[in-house]
Amino acid sequence: MSLTRQDVEKVALLARLKFDEAELEKITKHMVQIVQYVDKLSELNTEDVEPMAHALDIQNALAEDESRPSLSRKEVLKNAPKHDEEYFLVPAVLGE
Amino acid sequence: MSIIQKTATEQLALLRSGEITSVELTQAYLSRINQIEPAVGAFLRVESETALTQAAEVDRRREIGETLGKLAGVPVAIKDILCTKDTPTTCGSKMLQNFVPPYNATVVEKLRSADAVILGRTNMDEFAMGSSTENSAYHPTQNPWDTSRIPGGSSGGAAACISADMAPLSLGTDTGGSIRQPAALCGCVGLKPTYGRVSRYGLIAFASSLDQIGPLARTVEDTALLMEVLAGHDSLDSTSVDTPVPAYSKSVHQPLESLTLGVVNQHFGEGIDPEIEAAVKQAIATYTSLGATIKNIEMPHADYGIATYYIIAPCEASSNLARYDGAHHGYRADHAEVLAELAEDGSDEGPLVRMYRKTRSEGFGAEVQRRIMLGTYALSEGYYDAFYLKALKVRRLIRQDYDNAFGEVDLIIGPVTANPAFAKGEKTSDPMAMYLEDLYTVTANLAGVAGISLPCGFTESGLPIGLQLQAAPFQEEKLLRAAQMFQNATDFHTRRPELS
Repeated sequence: MSLTRQDVEKVALLARLKFDEAELEKITKHMVQIVQYVDKLSELNTEDVEPMAHALDIQNALAEDESRPSLSRKEVLKNAPKHDEEYFLVPAVLGE
Repeated sequence: MSIIQKTATEQLALLRSGEITSVELTQAYLSRINQIEPAVGAFLRVESETALTQAAEVDRRREIGETLGKLAGVPVAIKDILCTKDTPTTCGSKMLQNFVPPYNATVVEKLRSADAVILGRTNMDEFAMGSSTENSAYHPTQNPWDTSRIPGGSSGGAAACISADMAPLSLGTDTGGSIRQPAALCGCVGLKPTYGRVSRYGLIAFASSLDQIGPLARTVEDTALLMEVLAGHDSLDSTSVDTPVPAYSKSVHQPLESLTLGVVNQHFGEGIDPEIEAAVKQAIATYTSLGATIKNIEMPHADYGIATYYIIAPCEASSNLARYDGAHHGYRADHAEVLAELAEDGSDEGPLVRMYRKTRSEGFGAEVQRRIMLGTYALSEGYYDAFYLKALKVRRLIRQDYDNAFGEVDLIIGPVTANPAFAKGEKTSDPMAMYLEDLYTVTANLAGVAGISLPCGFTESGLPIGLQLQAAPFQEEKLLRAAQMFQNATDFHTRRPELS
């Protein structure tokens, strides 16, 4: 499987990351190397194998539908890099 | 022997009998930290003031005859990935430099109700991604046995502080070997519990289907003691299993009769350091002399562990770490710089998307970004089946290997790492070489079984060697009892690095 620099740039946008030219070159090299290694799995025939998402047999762990105290708005907002009394603040999403 | 060279179990007895106070004990560790920490760098923050306050409170309550918890007055160090209310929790990342959790992780609550004294926060690879603690955004940690070498990772600080006598007990986390590998390289004991045995509530997530919290200590007995406090069901973690917690600290002294140990031939294949191979084989011989039966077993898919892990773990990480968006908590890129950057490259992606990208590229280190990229790629359209789904299927095959093995043997015995602690910087530019550090440990996480690392020898140059025992799900008791048998017959756990 080949992985080009253009692919990596596209993945970087999906991952909400940004690399400069030098970083892009380096991460492409590393990703090619790792993808080649993990391709080892294609040696195995897994046609009739059930995928295993995690190690427990638990299917659904449901909690009782009861209301409990939650964090106050103040506590929730206190770690936000930018907020006012009520909201998280982000740059404008729509045009000016 | 100074008080800090005693085990936590011995310290507890001295505290109970009134021969020492918790304040004295805590002060003894703080002064050791003061002396040794500059050379080791095991801690991100030492919380002297609150530790002494907690210690004084335990002493006061003891004085008036109150019933105290299982760890009353004993200091514990915590990996900086476990949320602690109103106390910075950075995860070794610049992203969470100013993060102050509004709640406690369940294990932190458990330590507090056991009346432990929280000594400080230990260093780690950023977001627990790494095998050397060199990925910490703050500073590296040195191996106490040779400070030019790495302590292992990601719980490098957790292991180094034990081995350097800066704490008697510590908490680590293990997603692919992050407790067992540093325990092996620093010459202490580290237990990765069964998936679901210890609540993950308040553990900052890396790969949720693999992460487990576990204890590190100098001896198996102390490991059992701390494990007893940590284990148990928690309604706040839907993957926590409701099954009784044995009294590990009591049963640990009962040797196992008719113990059958499985040896996997591939563990001794090409690539293992001859001194490690010899020490592990000697450990197997020790068990034989203690009456154990040794059986060769097949783990046909063991060689696919790393490939499976380096698909599943990055996929889960890319999803978990999507929450670091510069809006809700953590670091955020400077707004004026975001606008300047957009103007400069004429992109039409808009200030919000560019804020996300710039925040994440500045806030995360290179390894974390690499894993987010790998996971995003493997989960993206057209690749999901070939990578993620395929890896989940191979994961099932690995689990079946374990199920078959545990049908024949009680425990699997083998090495923890292929090599002793390597030099700082040796593997930082070669991610694949770093990933292969987890060769013998990742399969336990993929399958969800329990594993322990304990000291079983030293190289000629004086570096510790670890022995790994693995057990079927929820068989920690068996694991600890078998490990204690080995420790009764050997003295590797009593040696200490020369540090001054």
